[in-house]
Amino acid sequence: MDLATIESIIRQHGGQKSALIAMLQDVQQQYTYLPKDVLQYLSRTLNVPLSRAYSLATFYRAFSLKPKGRHPISVCLGTACHVKGAVKILEKFERELGIKTGQTTPDLMFGLEQVRCLGCCGLAPVVTVGQDLYGKVTVSKVDQIIKRYQKQEAAHAKA
Amino acid sequence: MPYRVHCMVCAGTGCVSNRSLEVRDALENEIRKRGLQDEIQIVTTGCNGFCAVGPLMVVQPDGIFYQQVSAKDVPLLVEEHFIKGRPVQKLLYKPPEAAAPIPKMSDIPFFKHQRLIALRNRGLIDPEKIEDYIARDGYQALVKALTEMTPEQIIEVITKSGLRGRGGAGFPTGVKWQKVRQAKGEPKYIICNGDEGDPGAFMDRSIFESDPHSVIEGMLIGARAIGARYGVVYIRNEYPLALERIQIAIQQAREYGLLGENILDSGLDFDISVTRGAGAFVCGEETALIASVEGRLGDPRARPPYPAEYGLWGKPTCINNVETWANVPPIILHGWEWYSQIGTERSKGTKVFSLVGKVRNTGLVEVPMGITLRQLIYDIGGGIPGDKKFKAVQTGGPSGGCIPAGMMDQPIEYIAPDGKREARDYLDLPIDYESLTDVGSMMGSGGLVVMDEDTCMVDVARYFLAFTQDESCGACTPCREGTKLMLDILNRIVDGHGTMDDLRALEEIAWVVKQTSLCGLGKTAPNPVLTTLKYFRDEYLAHIEAHKCPAHVCRALNTYRIDPVICVERGHGCGVCRRECPEKAIFGEKNQPHRIDQTLCKKCGVCVEVCHFNAVIVE
Amino acid sequence: MPKLKIEDLARIREQARRATLLREGAGRVKITVHLGTCGIAAGGRNIMTAVLREIEERNLHDVLVTTSGCAGLCSREPMMTVEVLGQPPVKYVDLTEGKVKEIFAEHIVGGKIADRYALAVGSERVM
Repeated sequence: MDLATIESIIRQHGGQKSALIAMLQDVQQQYTYLPKDVLQYLSRTLNVPLSRAYSLATFYRAFSLKPKGRHPISVCLGTACHVKGAVKILEKFERELGIKTGQTTPDLMFGLEQVRCLGCCGLAPVVTVGQDLYGKVTVSKVDQIIKRYQKQEAAHAKA
Repeated sequence: MPYRVHCMVCAGTGCVSNRSLEVRDALENEIRKRGLQDEIQIVTTGCNGFCAVGPLMVVQPDGIFYQQVSAKDVPLLVEEHFIKGRPVQKLLYKPPEAAAPIPKMSDIPFFKHQRLIALRNRGLIDPEKIEDYIARDGYQALVKALTEMTPEQIIEVITKSGLRGRGGAGFPTGVKWQKVRQAKGEPKYIICNGDEGDPGAFMDRSIFESDPHSVIEGMLIGARAIGARYGVVYIRNEYPLALERIQIAIQQAREYGLLGENILDSGLDFDISVTRGAGAFVCGEETALIASVEGRLGDPRARPPYPAEYGLWGKPTCINNVETWANVPPIILHGWEWYSQIGTERSKGTKVFSLVGKVRNTGLVEVPMGITLRQLIYDIGGGIPGDKKFKAVQTGGPSGGCIPAGMMDQPIEYIAPDGKREARDYLDLPIDYESLTDVGSMMGSGGLVVMDEDTCMVDVARYFLAFTQDESCGACTPCREGTKLMLDILNRIVDGHGTMDDLRALEEIAWVVKQTSLCGLGKTAPNPVLTTLKYFRDEYLAHIEAHKCPAHVCRALNTYRIDPVICVERGHGCGVCRRECPEKAIFGEKNQPHRIDQTLCKKCGVCVEVCHFNAVIVE
Repeated sequence: MPKLKIEDLARIREQARRATLLREGAGRVKITVHLGTCGIAAGGRNIMTAVLREIEERNLHDVLVTTSGCAGLCSREPMMTVEVLGQPPVKYVDLTEGKVKEIFAEHIVGGKIADRYALAVGSERVM
């Protein structure tokens, strides 16, 4: 745990107990998950029972107790995406990555999630990878999407 | 009152030498003569480069371009164009080459039927520049509310306008404001509910992204009306761009002193903070949303007391959704009389719908209440792509229902606003809050998902149940257990193991969940099941009795086969299905017909998706 | 920034109107790239980059570029609006970087609407 980072997150939210959700969001963004020691630290510092921090962490979908991939993949399963065959896209990702929805690849490169509507229904079916959004995705395009990030990382590693 | 028409007369050197100033003077005379000086503004502009056909004149907002206008044309022009709204053909600019003319926005069916109020600035302003908003009359309604109106008058205008909550339930906005104003307790709060969770709806995201100041201005006017000191914008976690833009907008409004203390020297103190949702559908429910803002689990509680009396931090709280807030400034600026002319007897104004699914033109449309489904799907949406048959439209997200097209020629009874009963097609049903509830669906936040013959209605019901079951917070038993039981039954049916007893149980549980759940999520969760059972019972029966999915969606009931002739003649045995099949169940050589080994096939349907030649047949 | 008074608001409105309405020599052409979530998803940012590159390569000084939110017709994104001084705005749809190049050559520099990529001219009905 990087104490300075956590302290600065607490400070940004004025050390308020009521801002615990917002702090957890920042922690999630920083670490891709909520590490146990961070939850403990927040609970002690804010004087909030650990059980409450844990209940928030498990109630809200944005939080994870396990590390997520460096490139989190979200397949939208909103209504418009559903009627346009998003389930098959999700299954293709599962097969290509060798993981189930909700899991992360062993090398922590990709995480796979389903999401309930990203609000880009006009471009259904939709997939996001980190900040990148892909519209009108087909089963055959799944490969290209994955390769793009693999190449990116390979190029990064070389440099 | 802003001008209705801007008439821009070119006063560049070329046009002036062609006597454009005479045209301007003639226009001004004619307009004064007819008493239109408050409606039509004459502006002289610099050279626009098209000197060859001067004097030039552009009429906004329609963008009509007139050429070689002379003073003697002016009376006709004013009479025909400005009064009767018909551009004068003989003066219209004609492009030199007789290419096919590009249509005007107002001639394109997708745009023609729309009337933008909540989305009035879409595509026109830079959402990250407060000046752009101000240029289009932004914050003028606030000035009016602060300087010319008492809080009571503001509430009266909103009440008389007939504006109703755009988040789904349609509660009259003015009545809600009045309740919060009268409630005891300080400080009072205002919340903008931007937890747009209904899958298939994205108008709130779009308003935040394209016109965030309209929401801020609406909230400011609300603050003045009810006497609130603080505001909260609650925004869904899945909308990062919307979050960024509303934060920028709030910051700019603060720098300009439009948020903070003593706003515009009026004595009004009001500021807004932003709370980001953390991914829980139930937080769209107002009491759950308030719990979430307070940093707690998003558990709804029983009402009353309503948030108007006991809301955020136990204080009176006015909570309205994004689209509702965005409607407030134009109503204040142009008056309730103007707004209440639009729409139906019971539902005033416009509604933004997101038109998605199996329809040609997808997007956001803002139309007057009372438009028919036929106009929305066929005129605006352009109909169903690929010559498919229109089957149903789903409105209201997981809380709504499916309205069938199959009854297009079987009129239903519709109770008109005046109580008269008349027969109508569903498609010709004028859409408002009541008419949608009458057919078992609801307005919801305005998602319209169009479904064609390839959509299985049992699968749609199962989809929504899976959604609500997953999002049920678990606080009350009917919702927690009931949605689970219903989902189990629906899963059995789509897998081909359903029985008639299942169907009876499904219907019974649905009514229990509807009547006994704690909050709106559970109360409305059975709607997709109940409406599909009502209108598409034959599809349920096909799954149960014949073990068939008529739309070929439920994969357990399908058989996949490759047409050998198409495979070879069109596809030359390309082999993409063989390579993509996860079960390695497809065999064949290049230029040879491929076939599926039925004992290996797990019916995932990938072969159908990847085949470029439609050679895979589903039976 | 000093706190705004009501008179200031009116002044800003007039100034901003002049700047946004392309009057009085602020620019000859205004290009609005529609960048809502859906526009970005469909490749709107690449269109923006292409527009800026064209302006730089052609060394144009009278073209204003701005962004805006969703124009409503998601199925035809990416989309941009080109408004030449004194003429009604033109909405171009289904854009690619190549099409942007052509639109610059024909419409923005050449003065003739690239009608094969244009959806419509004029504006929507507001209020």
